[in-house]
Amino acid sequence: MNDALDVALRLLLVFVVFLTFPLIVGQTEHKVMAHMQGRLGPMYAGGFHGWAQLVADGVKFAQKEDVVPAGADRRIFQLAPAVALLPYLLVLLAIPIGPGEGAVGQVVDAGVFFVLAVMGVGVLGSLMAGWASANKFSLLGGLRTAAQLLAYELPMLLAAASVAMAAGTVSLPGIVDAFAWWWLPWQIVGAIVFFVAGLAELQRPPFDMPVADSEIIFGAYTEYTGLRFALFLLAEYAGIVVLCGLTTVLFLGGWHGPWGADGLGWVWTLLKTAVLAFVVIWLRVTYPRLREDQLQKLSWTLLVPLALAQIALTGVVKVVNQ
Amino acid sequence: MTFAALATTAGLSQTRGFLSPTGVEIAFLLVGLVTFGAAVVTVTTRQLVHAALWLVVALGGLAVEYLLLTAEFIAWVQVLIYVGSVVVLLLFGLMLTKAPIGRSPDADSGNRWAALAVAVASAAALVWVVVDAFRTTWIDLDGPAEGSTEVTGQALFRNWVLPFEALSVLLLAALVGAIVLSRKAKATPTGTASHGPSSGADGPAAAPADGPAAGPASASEGRPSSQEGAR
Repeated sequence: MNDALDVALRLLLVFVVFLTFPLIVGQTEHKVMAHMQGRLGPMYAGGFHGWAQLVADGVKFAQKEDVVPAGADRRIFQLAPAVALLPYLLVLLAIPIGPGEGAVGQVVDAGVFFVLAVMGVGVLGSLMAGWASANKFSLLGGLRTAAQLLAYELPMLLAAASVAMAAGTVSLPGIVDAFAWWWLPWQIVGAIVFFVAGLAELQRPPFDMPVADSEIIFGAYTEYTGLRFALFLLAEYAGIVVLCGLTTVLFLGGWHGPWGADGLGWVWTLLKTAVLAFVVIWLRVTYPRLREDQLQKLSWTLLVPLALAQIALTGVVKVVNQ
Repeated sequence: MTFAALATTAGLSQTRGFLSPTGVEIAFLLVGLVTFGAAVVTVTTRQLVHAALWLVVALGGLAVEYLLLTAEFIAWVQVLIYVGSVVVLLLFGLMLTKAPIGRSPDADSGNRWAALAVAVASAAALVWVVVDAFRTTWIDLDGPAEGSTEVTGQALFRNWVLPFEALSVLLLAALVGAIVLSRKAKATPTGTASHGPSSGADGPAAAPADGPAAGPASASEGRPSSQEGAR
């Protein structure tokens, strides 16, 4: 009975995090973008600085009619948002926020493989949406999504493999346990490659060619309205939380901090994740969108060689250090 | 795919007695049935994209079977490579072909009976080999995991290094071959001067519409093999 209660409590906690953190990131995005562009952003909903704007948006989305285009492949069209969203919930289960067994939803032995594999599945949702909408813009969006995933998953995997080599384990808590401060300069190239590739996999600006609204009208999501569209948006923000959490755990030392690490490890994890999420928003406001061929070129001619070089460096240091 | 599903479901009937099956065995059998059903639908459906999506179900079901056999590492790699990459590549190809929504009337082959015969023969061979080889092998589900990353890695790099390296060389050769093939295709005079990775030179509106069809298609051919080679 106690075990069942423990599992239920963990699942509930992860679910709460899954429901709230993306909203916090979304609201932060509203405000940060607004202030970077010299305006206020939403100010009225909820009273204090428009904190309830996303709740109001959610109510609005829920009220909208759920339209399925006549020519669409009905079932796949309706299934796609769930396929896009659920993988991030599963990934969240495996990310440790503090030391010990108590601070992770579920310890997964091959954690790095688990999170990368499941994150890759989320892209299937966009592909299904793009194809099933029976809309040429959606199809273009789906094509670009697929091309982008194929290009960017390889450098992401290679960068993660470099950290796993450095730590000598593929379990996420194990990697953070092995972390030392000099890993920062040692793995910095891998960290940048991982973060950039992750941004591209989430289709966040400047890598948002698959959803380019001014060009192919939000790509795969053109035909979606109401709650299903909101689910896709939620998937994007959940993806930001997951990517920032993963980068923190893999490259920035997770719960290790320069001081006060005892008992406050989870604060460090959340703090680093929040800073990274801010960087994600910052990049959206400041960088122009990359063209599709530039996207491909960046991955295949820059990120993949850099990731391979990082792996070589990791191997050399590891052997010399022994 | 079908063969493997057949092998797993049929192989199960040979395990310990039917009278007191454990929960794991029941789950294994049920997931095996789902996997097998999805595999059959994959090859019989007339809707091309649906076939690819049923393939996702079949491959995912196989990953669950690996998990139930305590081979966690293999399970995640299965999801990573097959569900996350190979199926995405398939869908990418299907989208390029204007696969229609609904049935494709010509999604049929005159070879279906020959294919069925080959499939049944392969399945029979696989089931026979697997049953014969592992008839007396039991997995202790309560003991330490026998398929964890550590155990898999030690087995791979202590006992099976030579086959592993041979496979790496094979994949490397495939990778080089894919690059050579895509280079040759580019050299043929089919008006490739207007698109391709000539970044910045042509108008920003023309290049994205044209570029992705040529660029990623050729680039992605070598990708799954390069990934496996990197492992």
